[in-house]
Amino acid sequence: MLKEVKEAVSGSREIARAMGVTLKYLFKKPITHQYPDEPVEVYPRFRGRHVLQRYENGLERCIGCALCAAACPTHCIYVEAAENTDDDRRSPGERYAKVYDINMLRCIFCGYCAEACPTEAIVLKHDFQLAEYTRWDAIYTKERLLEPHDTPHIKLRSDEKFELKETWGNK
Amino acid sequence: MDPQLVTDLVVHTILIVIVATLLMGGFAAMTVVERKLLGRFTLRYGPNRVGKFGTLQVIADMFKMFFKEEVVPDHVDRAIYLMAPGMALVPAMLAFAVVPIAQAPFVLPFEVFGYTITVNPWIADINVGVLYILAIGSLGTYGVVLGGWSSNNKYSLLGGLRTSAQMLSYELPMGVALLGVIMLAGSLQLTQIVDFQNAWLGLRWFILFQPIAFIIFYICSLAEAGRAPFDLPETENELIAGFATEYGAMKFGLFFGAEYIHMIVVSFIMATLFLGGWSGPFATQVPLLGIVYLLLKVGFILFTMIWVRASTPRVRFDKLMKFNWKFLLPLSIANAAVTALVAGVIFF
Repeated sequence: MLKEVKEAVSGSREIARAMGVTLKYLFKKPITHQYPDEPVEVYPRFRGRHVLQRYENGLERCIGCALCAAACPTHCIYVEAAENTDDDRRSPGERYAKVYDINMLRCIFCGYCAEACPTEAIVLKHDFQLAEYTRWDAIYTKERLLEPHDTPHIKLRSDEKFELKETWGNK
Repeated sequence: MDPQLVTDLVVHTILIVIVATLLMGGFAAMTVVERKLLGRFTLRYGPNRVGKFGTLQVIADMFKMFFKEEVVPDHVDRAIYLMAPGMALVPAMLAFAVVPIAQAPFVLPFEVFGYTITVNPWIADINVGVLYILAIGSLGTYGVVLGGWSSNNKYSLLGGLRTSAQMLSYELPMGVALLGVIMLAGSLQLTQIVDFQNAWLGLRWFILFQPIAFIIFYICSLAEAGRAPFDLPETENELIAGFATEYGAMKFGLFFGAEYIHMIVVSFIMATLFLGGWSGPFATQVPLLGIVYLLLKVGFILFTMIWVRASTPRVRFDKLMKFNWKFLLPLSIANAAVTALVAGVIFF
């Protein structure tokens, strides 16, 4: 009898405590990200979609050396180089990438291409919206990869500063 | 035929239609309110895509329910299978009939076809109102049990069996807990029970004299309506969806509605029996205020039901039975006995 009463009292207290917790949470702001309406916060080192960068004067950084294609573990990069001429100058070097395709269905976002690149032309930026309606659309051509690539749906987290250290990985 | 009788019948029919419609509307509103509140309890937003603050979600859900394909599986007992959702829904609504929402009948200020129309603030003011509520409450079990049985599915059957066991056992402490209220009020008629509570500025509520009975009644109503933490009939993690496993589209919608309407009606009954119904300060002078009081009380009870659902895990079935037979029932009997003694000493 006494045991039952004790059980009832402690049980009611526990339930009251649980209800207190939920009531406290009722008046807090939800933590849900309203994603399509509001930008998503990503970390500075988050590896997303590739972007082909340019120099400040608008010339492409890529020189068509295809080192990225060689470094790629899944062989998802295809580069076809062409000679720069004085009339049609795309990059500062001798050659530029005439064709630069990345198969996003194969890419594993390891970032080896960015590491291999001698001119820092290909980098992995933060875009993660990679859904397509057809499989062929998942092969990103050079036009789509080149800057500028606008990403209004992404916000970089400011609470963690990312500093590039040249010695990383070279020990 | 007596013309007064005809007008009464017509007025009653209109009242019944209005009440049924309002209850269905209440069900629709509750589905969204509950999801919204549950969301906020768990730091989510809840539905907020359709309409402002997700208010139009009701209509979207309704369209979804209505336009889904009506699938009747081959292996079911067809007649009973189709009948069961209605048998769950109708008793849930019926119990509302005896709840008074204001003190006195309201006489329309104008005559319709030469007849004076009197609108009662209740559908039926029967002198065994409390018994009627308990009786109708037990009828609700049929829909769920027959639905579970006719589905010819082990999950449905188990869900149905659990429901019948649960509802039947929780009716006992519920009825015994009401004994205290009946003894103090000296009547089974709901209008008289409310009239008793309309003293002391309309604040002589039975919850003050019968707090234990109120808690027992509250717990039992949760079990009767199949609400968390007593939603054993539809434990989705062990019984798929319990009795509703083989039901889809609007047939499921009716079961769904039965649960919510049960919840709303039980809140009305609880407010009437324990929280003074329409009574409150100046409710006698301003009848409209009484309706507002009643709705506020009902809203509060509904909120606590959702709150409990957000806070408590589901009870295991054997614990559910143990809790009822070994704790609630003795407690309610003790409460009734003590009330009888005290009331006897005071009144005689």
